[in-house]
Amino acid sequence: MLELRNLSVHFDVSKRGKGKTIVRAVNGINLNIGRGEAVALVGESGSGKSTVGKAALRLVDTTDGHILLDGVDITHLERGRQMPLRRKAQMVFQDPHSALNPRMNILRSVAEPLILHTALRGQALTRRVIELLEIVGLQAQFLYRYQHELSGGQKQRVCIARAIALNPDLLVLDEPTSALDVSVQAQILEFLKTLQSDLGLTFLFISHNLAVVRYLCSRVAVMYLGRIVEEGATETVFTTPKHPYTQALLSAVPWPEATQPKGHAPLVGDIPSPVNPPSGCSFHTRCPFARERCRAEAPTWRALAPDHLVACHFAEDLAAS
Amino acid sequence: MTDQPLLSVRDFRLEFDTFDGVYRAIDGVNFDLIPGESLGIVGETGCGKSVTAKSILGLVPTPPARVVSGQILYNGEDLLTVGEERLRALRGVEIAMIFQDPMTYLNPVFTIGQQLVDVILAHQRWRPSEQRLNRAQARDHAIDMLSRVHLPNPERQLDAYPHQLSGGMRQRVLIAQALSGNPRLLIADEPTTALDVTIQAQILDLIAELMGEFDLSVILISHDLGVVASLCQRVVVMYAGQVVEDASVTRLFSEPGHPYTQGLLKAVPHPGRAASTLSGIPGTLPNLYDPPAGCRFQSRCAHAMPMCTTVPPLYAVADGQRVACHLHAPEASRAGVA
Amino acid sequence: MAELTKEAHELTVSLDWRERHVSTIRMLRLYARTFARNGSAMLGLGLVLLFLTTAAIGPYFVPFPDDATGSVHIERKLQPPDAVHWFGTDEVGNDVFTRVIVGARVTLQIACIITGVAMLIGIPLGMIAGYMGGWVQEVIMRITDVFLSVPGLMLAIAIVGALGPGIVNAMVALSLVWWPGYVRLVQAKTLSLKNEIYVDAARSMGAGSLRIVFVHLLPNCTSPIIVKASMDMGMAILGAASLGFLGLGAQPPFPEWGAMISVARTYLPDWWWYSFFPGTAIVITVLGFNLLGDGLRDILDPKHRE
Repeated sequence: MLELRNLSVHFDVSKRGKGKTIVRAVNGINLNIGRGEAVALVGESGSGKSTVGKAALRLVDTTDGHILLDGVDITHLERGRQMPLRRKAQMVFQDPHSALNPRMNILRSVAEPLILHTALRGQALTRRVIELLEIVGLQAQFLYRYQHELSGGQKQRVCIARAIALNPDLLVLDEPTSALDVSVQAQILEFLKTLQSDLGLTFLFISHNLAVVRYLCSRVAVMYLGRIVEEGATETVFTTPKHPYTQALLSAVPWPEATQPKGHAPLVGDIPSPVNPPSGCSFHTRCPFARERCRAEAPTWRALAPDHLVACHFAEDLAAS
Repeated sequence: MTDQPLLSVRDFRLEFDTFDGVYRAIDGVNFDLIPGESLGIVGETGCGKSVTAKSILGLVPTPPARVVSGQILYNGEDLLTVGEERLRALRGVEIAMIFQDPMTYLNPVFTIGQQLVDVILAHQRWRPSEQRLNRAQARDHAIDMLSRVHLPNPERQLDAYPHQLSGGMRQRVLIAQALSGNPRLLIADEPTTALDVTIQAQILDLIAELMGEFDLSVILISHDLGVVASLCQRVVVMYAGQVVEDASVTRLFSEPGHPYTQGLLKAVPHPGRAASTLSGIPGTLPNLYDPPAGCRFQSRCAHAMPMCTTVPPLYAVADGQRVACHLHAPEASRAGVA
Repeated sequence: MAELTKEAHELTVSLDWRERHVSTIRMLRLYARTFARNGSAMLGLGLVLLFLTTAAIGPYFVPFPDDATGSVHIERKLQPPDAVHWFGTDEVGNDVFTRVIVGARVTLQIACIITGVAMLIGIPLGMIAGYMGGWVQEVIMRITDVFLSVPGLMLAIAIVGALGPGIVNAMVALSLVWWPGYVRLVQAKTLSLKNEIYVDAARSMGAGSLRIVFVHLLPNCTSPIIVKASMDMGMAILGAASLGFLGLGAQPPFPEWGAMISVARTYLPDWWWYSFFPGTAIVITVLGFNLLGDGLRDILDPKHRE
């Protein structure tokens, strides 16, 4: 469904007369998402996971590499020819409060993609919007409300209604529940799960919340500083993580129960700046197992098992120890 | 260590006078904090956990807020009535607070050192004159504090501006600032919510370490049950301005007593277990401008019964677990209702 | 996919105007209540309403309609205020009351045209500059800066000087110096709004730049524009009056307040009423618009609210 080949996104944030400053947000990543799959992209802030999502929908320009949607290369599709792409792939954003235009009522907000892409107008348009609201579990009474009158969960439902208005195949969900309370998050996650199986949607789910990812997604890719360091079936990665970063990340998440996970040794230091990523393996500055080779040579992206890829020189040794 | 509570919040009620009417933010909150204990207060948006915490230090502006009733006793002294002058003497020296977003609590135009030293000097006013530090000693103390929160190169960081530090380092600076007056109670309001998980783990470890080092008691406010579980011994669960459950961490996660706590635990996805089903809590928060009579959770509760229209007291269940739900009422008073 | 229930159908069809706009009505009510509590804003609103009413219906009820366009009644020149001529008469015997009332309509027209033209030029330029960024923004903003660096009235005087005095030319000149303020305001607002997520969302749905600018961004800029426009009405009246006073705007006997004072000033202080009443009219109207603008800012721009 979606294929990212060696995708890089760099942002030029140079200020006049201060030399060149380039943020290497995404640095040569490869990811294949099959039809009907729910794939998670996890990482901390600055890992570039949101940029990947935006690049996949051509909301930011790619520096290098290719994006294939349904086998069609959309990397350099011009503005005017992006309409079919917009019908096929839609996005749900993190903060539902700012993702809805405060001056538009719910009817107008949800109708926007329909106005842009279909000939539906007037009563027929209203009817379709009511239909969409019913799918996401909202009643028609919300039609003429404005976003500030809705709760966070209701707003996110409206955003989802808007995203599925054109029956897209691919939904990019950028931290859709991180602004919500847990009881509401659970409702939205449950709903997304049913939505995915009912409509046969493909999800690219971007999140920093590992627990949410484990619940919703079948495959997971872990990003660190613009690179994917580990990818595989969710259960494999969560139970037998091979990359030291994945291991640290998993052990850093506190469990909602009285006994905490063992082997809890927090990573030292901060995430380096994507302006100046470290040489070699970008994780070597914080890796408890770093050796000489890690500083000099970037690890290759290789398969440990058919569906378990990792970018670490010593993945096997670490697993053995 | 005695069992005399360090802090005791009793029947605290607070309202906000707003344009749309009276917002009943806090309605009868009760809990105690034993010296040396770390207490978590959890709840979702609008449950009143932050307002409760800020009230302890008198940081809720009045008006619009108005204390209706209750006491907040710190070592037997009622913080709600001692007055601003006394509160200033307590802030930082006896009770300190850290906040969610470290950037907004550091002034961007002053260096870390200037801000730390200023806070330390401000505390000197409340000390006996022979123990007061001068500026140079305050600077040494600042360096000492920064090294105790494990900020690398503390001497160099004194001259750094807040924007030059990462989020995790800023939170360390704020913790150093909060602990510089050697307080006995630290109130941490969502201290790790703005941070990444690996950094969150560092900060939580740091707070746990400092609790021993400084003989601190901690109140940790969080929406994240995992964070509370990893740091706290006891948890107070709040819902819509009321305490619904007060229990030890062990008890809370194994035998949650209140239907709301049970619902919350079923709603949190578990990072350590394979996907099971999640269930959200249906419905929304009650309107706090016009709250329902009795239990505020009744409209969302699967066990709601006629008795719920009367306010449930905190029934003692077991092991110091107290639950504000009529399901736990002694059999005698429930006779004929169930 | 969920079947659309029949009730939902009927619900939307049966919704009347009031139910559809319940949110808007509630919001307007809140605005009205906030506004009503603000004494000076209410005073401003009162003054502006008085001015608007006068401009709308005043000319039909004036006692000496002919005097507005300048007739000559030498026999009753420069009479002090009395029961017949409430504001006295001028040097050719025209009723000052009549001329001030008719002047209100003239003034309103001038102010509306100046502010309107300035908005028509300034808002699109500001939105384009803010949204496009890059060299387009540089060009637009630098031109704006050039205009803003010269005192507005001086520039207007220079332009009228080149075009020749007259009410139309004065309006053209004032409009030309007035738009840069709107460019600045709208550009700054657009700059902050274009990073809002709903703009990204609109782009991800395939909305083009023009649609984003005018459908998604413009409605969110209206609050500061309304506030500025309200203040500018007052300033435009003052500007037009200044040009009239300098003899570059409306020419006597055209009943424009500034032009009236221009002639009347030579009759001070003995025939004070001749300049006093047009002057008072200007002060009250400008004050009214400024107070109204302040009040509107209080309700529309919560950042300034206490």
